[in-house]
Amino acid sequence: MNDIKPAILLFIIFTIICGGVYPAVVIGIAQAVFPKQAQGSFIVDRNGKTIGSSLIGQPFSDPRYFWPRPSATSGFGYNPLSSGGSNAGPTNPDYLKTVAGRVKALRESGVKGVVPADLVQASASGLDPHITPESAGLQVARVAKARGISEDAVIKAVIRATEDRQWGLLGEPRVNVLVLNLELDRL
Amino acid sequence: MNTYEWLQTILLFFVLLTLVKPLGDYMARVFQGERTLLSPVLDTCERLIYRISGVNKDEEMGWERYAWALLLFNLVCGVALFAILLLQGVLPLNPQNYPAFSWHLALNTAVSFMTNTNWQNYGGESTASYFTQMFGFAVHNFASAATGIVVAIALIRGFVRRRGSTIGNFWVDLTRSTLYILLPVSLVFAVFLVSQGVIQNLNPYRTVPLVQGTSYDKPRLDDRGNTLKDSKGNPVTENIQVKEVQIPMGPVASQEAIKELGTNGGGFFNANSAHPYENPTPLSNMAEIFLILLISGSLTHTFGLMAGNTRQGWALLAVMLAILVLAMGILYWAESSGNPLVTRLGVQSINMEGKEVRFGLAGSSLFAVSTTGTSCGAVNTMHDSLTPIGGMMPLSLILLSEVIFGGVGTGLYTMLAFVVIAVFVAGLMIGRTPEFLGKKIEVTEMWMSIVTVLTSGILILIFSAVAMLVPSAVASMNNPGAHGLSEVLYAFASMSNNNGSAFAGLNGNTVFYNIAGAVCMFIGRFAPIVASLAMAGNLAEKKYIPPSLGTLPADKAPFALWLTLVILIVGALTFFPALALGPIAEHLQMAS
Repeated sequence: MNDIKPAILLFIIFTIICGGVYPAVVIGIAQAVFPKQAQGSFIVDRNGKTIGSSLIGQPFSDPRYFWPRPSATSGFGYNPLSSGGSNAGPTNPDYLKTVAGRVKALRESGVKGVVPADLVQASASGLDPHITPESAGLQVARVAKARGISEDAVIKAVIRATEDRQWGLLGEPRVNVLVLNLELDRL
Repeated sequence: MNTYEWLQTILLFFVLLTLVKPLGDYMARVFQGERTLLSPVLDTCERLIYRISGVNKDEEMGWERYAWALLLFNLVCGVALFAILLLQGVLPLNPQNYPAFSWHLALNTAVSFMTNTNWQNYGGESTASYFTQMFGFAVHNFASAATGIVVAIALIRGFVRRRGSTIGNFWVDLTRSTLYILLPVSLVFAVFLVSQGVIQNLNPYRTVPLVQGTSYDKPRLDDRGNTLKDSKGNPVTENIQVKEVQIPMGPVASQEAIKELGTNGGGFFNANSAHPYENPTPLSNMAEIFLILLISGSLTHTFGLMAGNTRQGWALLAVMLAILVLAMGILYWAESSGNPLVTRLGVQSINMEGKEVRFGLAGSSLFAVSTTGTSCGAVNTMHDSLTPIGGMMPLSLILLSEVIFGGVGTGLYTMLAFVVIAVFVAGLMIGRTPEFLGKKIEVTEMWMSIVTVLTSGILILIFSAVAMLVPSAVASMNNPGAHGLSEVLYAFASMSNNNGSAFAGLNGNTVFYNIAGAVCMFIGRFAPIVASLAMAGNLAEKKYIPPSLGTLPADKAPFALWLTLVILIVGALTFFPALALGPIAEHLQMAS
């Protein structure tokens, strides 16, 4: 029975250290050394207004904008309050119908050839800010036409919004859709 | 795999294996009470903790008292978390004013975090306050990880001590694992993760405008929360215009580091480590995989050192690594082959459903096998959307009782149970005395090892079968047919083995799954723990028999191979029928 006292007291001590002191110390260091990242990597325009986070994708469907990956968040796509994937299994008939619909919509927008998987399959987070360079390339002609600007100008914007493999080694090359679309609006 | 994918995989394992020795050595010193690098800073702190809590650090405990103290401490933790979840509405640090959890969700969640499972029947960003995340979940991430580590250490002491009656002091082991191992590593990596873009603040959720607004049809609900339907039976909806969204904030980095390091796996957000605020870059992804494997991998060396035979530790690590790499290879192959039903529509033949572009196939596959080989259960890929054979890899790794690195501590003590079984069976087959590290393996050891290894299997098969008979449990499936069975099987496998990842399409937030799951998690955690401690106590009392010509060497390649086979055969015999009806049936259906 004399083990009840340490059980309760150690729990309280660890709650203070691990639940209070530890996160507080990380907050302190983070705000001092990496304030922008710690706050959420927000993008601020010239007037100081916050216009989104470079890490959190946004929904786009207008032909003037590059389209992101499909998102399965509940309510509407790219809803940051309900991150998550479709959790559809590979043989689910409803899921296959949804993918077929997305392929059809892309074909109607002028996409030919093999469709990149990321452009018709939903991401894990539902907030994936990136598409593959191939998926961006397929959309250049459409965006250039809708905006009435040269494909060259659009390609340059895509290149500016492309992130290479980290350290030239890790992960995959990718295009940040929100950054790219903001860039286009500034042209 | 392309060159980049090979290189990053090799880099990960190279860094990991380089650190096994120094960290394993450090942990051995910590638990043998020797001075370490951090002693000058932490010694005073440690002594202060003992003074306040009335712990005599030189007192030794027999296995019964050790187990009693462990259960008592975990009970206090679980009850406290249950209370926090039920009182969430009136507690501070709740800028979004989230209400209390329902009683059955609170029960499931409290047991889940207490048992290092971190099965989540809720979405963090839409349910849990910052207070709950910090003082509830994060605390348990430390406490449950430390609990796992100390059981492994106690079991090692059982093998090492000769004619002794004690296996250590639970309070001291608990304090040291938290203070000297979990906290410093978490602190360093939390700051590192912030540098990559993981958020760490206490701000209220941030409202940002959308560049291009969107709209959706929202179903109208009646007073009871049911969907309203018109005369034709179609749901009544209203069109909602969305011009701005709310982005969740919170102390994520501090949680993320311990969640991976302690193989807990409970996400701050619903999307877990797929969420860009939990895992923003390929580098943060590699760091998180590294953290998941770090302690479990290094404990094999701690074991080797304390047992006075470092080759034995490396042999166990080699077995773990071999099976992990095999599973990774099969998973990668399945995902890169794609889903023929989707390819047929004119789509590139890789499976990107439920994956993030920045991690790619290699980063996703590595994470999936690491999180399920260990008892972590964090995900950066939605396992439910993997191809059937791909999804069978995480499922199988969990079904193998999580010894492929395994949870912190739990991996090692479960692996040692497999070693005992392997030694015993080999001894019977070749007519040698079953002994391991100079201790005779007898009936008690066999019983305790069987309990450790088979508890989860029995729970999984019984509860999956029950779920098939309960109509409300069947209705929770998100996908029809064979895949639905896989979802239920995965759920009970994950909970019984304290993993916490899910085929997340299954709606687990029902009274049935919340309560059945809590039972699985509790028994699946504490039956093996008590069995391991009992084995430790029993072994400690035995005398040491020096190795002779009749001893089977357990630190050589033939035994490592034999151990691998024992693990795979036990898993296959227990689960092949269930796997045949789930993923294998679905694969045949998909390929035809």
